[in-house]
Amino acid sequence: MSLVVESVAKNFDRFAALNGVSLSVPKGSFLALLGPSGSGKTTLLRILGGLEFADVGRVQFDGEEWLPLPARERRAGFVFQQYALFRHMTVAKNIAFGLEVRSRAKRPPRAEINRRVQELLSLVQLDGLGKRYPSQLSGGQRQRVALARALAIEPRMLLLDEPFGALDAKVRKDLRVWLRKLHNAMGITTIFVTHDQEEALQVADLVAVMNQGRIEQIATPAELRSNPATPFVAEFLAESLPRAAAQPAPNVVNLR
Amino acid sequence: MFQPRNAIEDPRIVRIGAVAIAALFIALNLVLPLLVVFSEALSSGLHAALEALKDPDAWSAIRLTLLVAAIAVPANLIFGLAASWAITKFDFMGKSLLVTLIDIPFSVSPVVSGLIYVLMFGMQGWLGPWLRDHDIRIIFALPGIVLATIFVTFPFVARELIPLMSDQGRDEEEAAVSLGASGLSTFWRVTLPNIKWGLLYGVLLCNARAMGEFGAVSVVSGHIRGLTNTMPLHVEVLYNDYQYVGAFVVASLLALLALVTLLVKSFLEWRYADEIAAAHRH
Repeated sequence: MSLVVESVAKNFDRFAALNGVSLSVPKGSFLALLGPSGSGKTTLLRILGGLEFADVGRVQFDGEEWLPLPARERRAGFVFQQYALFRHMTVAKNIAFGLEVRSRAKRPPRAEINRRVQELLSLVQLDGLGKRYPSQLSGGQRQRVALARALAIEPRMLLLDEPFGALDAKVRKDLRVWLRKLHNAMGITTIFVTHDQEEALQVADLVAVMNQGRIEQIATPAELRSNPATPFVAEFLAESLPRAAAQPAPNVVNLR
Repeated sequence: MFQPRNAIEDPRIVRIGAVAIAALFIALNLVLPLLVVFSEALSSGLHAALEALKDPDAWSAIRLTLLVAAIAVPANLIFGLAASWAITKFDFMGKSLLVTLIDIPFSVSPVVSGLIYVLMFGMQGWLGPWLRDHDIRIIFALPGIVLATIFVTFPFVARELIPLMSDQGRDEEEAAVSLGASGLSTFWRVTLPNIKWGLLYGVLLCNARAMGEFGAVSVVSGHIRGLTNTMPLHVEVLYNDYQYVGAFVVASLLALLALVTLLVKSFLEWRYADEIAAAHRH
């Protein structure tokens, strides 16, 4: 087991955002944190990224104590719902940022940085847009820049906070499929926060259903569908059933 | 007969009326007084005006004003930047109190703020005897004038930056840190470039006010000619001495400094319109 979270809890003032969360997932897996707003999924993600601090609990990643590491030393690529691109920098500069802020000793040479930026631009299918500013891109393009920027630092884990939440349905679906393919190709441990059941079940290897700062169940999408552990899980997943049913099962002929 | 062209358009009479009222008000209250200042300065001819400028006391007032602004503006630049950074990017106890305190100079009369310094540093003030024993002069000297000016121009930079920075949020800083940037590097590469225009406006406004402040400076300056008189104080001294040409020449100079400040601001807004818009949009 590569990522192990043990009894992590976090309070904001008197409101308990996380109520002792434990989970463990193998290295390289794609985990979705699924739950309604206020369930603590984003808080857990931000704690893993070092942007928020747990009151109690511990996290181990790859055999290393994770929480004592400051955010800047974790190499956890974080992708925000609102992209959080550096608005005064070009796309290329955004992607190069993580490499350029390294200390002189660890910074790759100029030519190497440029080469990596070009490579990442074509990976996220934005060849030729390096000189644009974020405000000149569409939402889907911006989110792919944000992903390229996070990948530039060769992250040890990839943390995505409702990355497609601000995009329209069509773009969401395309990016979801693309992200899954990217994960298959790169194998980076990925944690994905969403409140969209369909999205979580389609894209992830493992889904942790969260409610009121606790994990109700963590299982594969198939297991969750067939064996919901609690009434909450059953009810929460049922809300997506009409859409899930619309997907053709292997032995069903879809008539239009 | 008229056909409204958009949903919120008002009848022509209302539009013309509103524009006329605004134009008349600006002409009467802003343009006319400024013209009077310049025409009075030149009433005895350009030669007399230039002569009045050669007066050593006038020169000393100009130098003092520029010196005070050169100290007060950078001080408030640093303070304003630090305060707005702390207020918008971090959570801490007493944050709303700090926001309220920053506004004090806007609500307190400048004369009162001058008096505060006299009560603290004056001969009869709390620190008066100690300062006298150590031969440090604050009141009726440059330090007092600088302190009073800093107090009065305190909020300009912070007031300009706080709304801008809270609008921009913390996401970009968080992204920078997660990409491995240190706190300092995040500030230089991400925070500062995002606010540079707001910061510039704040500094220009702060500078205009620093050079023009009368009330607070008047209380702490002591009006020593050629020594502690700033330009606004010198204008009053000359006017009370019936030296109208001199008074209006110095006043014109002061007005010109303010106009240049506004021109620089407008020019920068025009020149960098795209970049400024990009900093607000996302």
